Amino acid sequence: MTEAIISLRGVSKVFPGRRAAVTAVDDVDLDVYEGEIFGVIGYSGAGKSTLVRLINALEHTTSGTVTVAGTDITKLRERRLRPVRAGIGMIFQQFNLLASRTVAGNVAYPLRVAGVKRAEREARVAELLDFVGLTDKAGVYPSKLSGGQKQRVGIARALATSPRILLADESTSALDPETTADVLGLLRRVNAELGITIVVITHEMDVVRALCHRIAVMERGRVVEVGDAYQVFANPTHAATARFVGSSLHDVPTPEILERLRRRHDGRLVLMRMQSDGGASGYLTSTLREHGVEGTIIYGGITEIGERPFGSLTLELVGEQADVERFVADVTVRAGASDLGTAAAPRPLPRHDERGSVR
Amino acid sequence: MSWERYGDAFLLALGQTGYMVLWTMLLGGLLGLALGIGLYVTRPGNLLGNRGGFSVLNVAVNIIRPIPFIIFLTAIYPLTRLVVGTTIGTEAVTFAMILMAGFAFSRLVEQNLVNLDPGVIEAARAMGASPWRIILTVLIPEALAPLILGYTFLFVGVLDMSAMAGYVGGGGIGDFAIVYGYRQFDWPLTAFVVVVIIVIVQAAQLLGNSLARRALHR
Ligand SMILES: Nc1ncnc2c1ncn2[C@@H]1O[C@H](COP(=O)(O)OP(=O)(O)O)[C@@H](O)[C@H]1O
Ligand SMILES: [Mg+2]
Repeated sequence: MTEAIISLRGVSKVFPGRRAAVTAVDDVDLDVYEGEIFGVIGYSGAGKSTLVRLINALEHTTSGTVTVAGTDITKLRERRLRPVRAGIGMIFQQFNLLASRTVAGNVAYPLRVAGVKRAEREARVAELLDFVGLTDKAGVYPSKLSGGQKQRVGIARALATSPRILLADESTSALDPETTADVLGLLRRVNAELGITIVVITHEMDVVRALCHRIAVMERGRVVEVGDAYQVFANPTHAATARFVGSSLHDVPTPEILERLRRRHDGRLVLMRMQSDGGASGYLTSTLREHGVEGTIIYGGITEIGERPFGSLTLELVGEQADVERFVADVTVRAGASDLGTAAAPRPLPRHDERGSVR
Repeated sequence: MSWERYGDAFLLALGQTGYMVLWTMLLGGLLGLALGIGLYVTRPGNLLGNRGGFSVLNVAVNIIRPIPFIIFLTAIYPLTRLVVGTTIGTEAVTFAMILMAGFAFSRLVEQNLVNLDPGVIEAARAMGASPWRIILTVLIPEALAPLILGYTFLFVGVLDMSAMAGYVGGGGIGDFAIVYGYRQFDWPLTAFVVVVIIVIVQAAQLLGNSLARRALHR
């Protein structure tokens, strides 16, 4: 993961609207490295789809340059762009399969476009259907398939011409959770076994969490945050990111929930963060024992991001006043915990940019 | 109806109708397909978006399509003379029918293409397919079922147009019904022609429906 296979420099895309022009992508700089799974996340209308469509030149930039595998594609004419597009696979939310062709016919289509000879084409189609586990559906029309199966065909089709890059635009947003997990697993295999660089677009944090090595957060056409997925989750520096993290994990109580918690628990509350080394629970138990304090978990959640544990727990502390004070001082300094005070003397929830900054 | 008296005239008329309808369905159908695809792909923002080209096609179709066929037939006399060499007879009528059918069918074709999911075209573009390849291997196959139904609908209109051929000496079964049925006060003869037309239309509709169903892949 050293070389940037996709580079965007100062890229903007303006659509000349009927009333006012829409700046769908606004001065974006971005590098996607060879072999990684890169997530682009943002709410609907943030400009994610437009951004990926600039990568395979389905849309043309208004300004800036897009470099794919060393070629500046913003300088190419339409005819020269076709082979570039053929070298980039793409899958879609609505699958976009050809209803008039069978599963095998759909997978064979890009090979026909590329002028691959029949025998070779058939062998390749068989190989791809085997990879996505749909060998028995070769002669079936798409209307007979489930959503998950359709997306598998979409993936097989996108991989047909052995692209180095796969673009996935909301590729699981039309699927139920179980099927989503299936398709995400398949994408992970595409990345790990075939070494294909994947750009995943989604408005679902769960997809990013399950899949992405690095992410970019988009808001109103701009990339407001880029980085290692875990880091971005753990230390969101932008409000949009913090909203995504919160809406996905629900581990930190909202002010309303905290209100209710305080009504039920009048002791000292503290928010403890799970750290990436996974040692928090051991650390927590030993620190509580060390200070002679008892802690009861009253809220929280722990999950995985990029195979590393992530989340937080809210505890009510019971013990001697002085012991509790020492414990809180210790964990806020050493483990980035947040002191929430008591029902009588409440302290506010940390702001998103104060979120667990200690490793 | 007495076959000895009218048989030959009826068969001749049937042959003329067959000539007019078949050539119109073939050439008018192709013309309509080409115009319809042209309208669809040149629409700004589409595959070969071209404001000028689209406007020309759109205005031409809008002007010609609403003209009643009987007037259109006479209005294009100069063009008919230029192309066919004469302005009367079955061939002259067929020429006018081909043009009219083409313009009428173009809107049906355009409508059916507009209903296609643009995502499928986007997918083909993303695979590096050229516009022509997309027209031939995506647009037409994906819209085939409704196109067949539209084509069947066109057939009825073409049969209708062919009934006016008698006006310029083109013959056909419409003319036959007027000359031998209406003018001779032979109502049963007219009724017989009506039955024949109903049978032809029903047969065409059945064929169209069954082909469309097969093209649907559901
Ligand atoms: N072809 C287009 N013409 C005009 N406006 C567009 C077009 N495509 C997208 N937009 C506008 O650009 C903005 C970003 O859209 P999009 O990239 O689809 O966002 P996202 O994928 O994040 O939901 C939206 O305001 C949308 O209305
Ligand atoms: Mg989108």
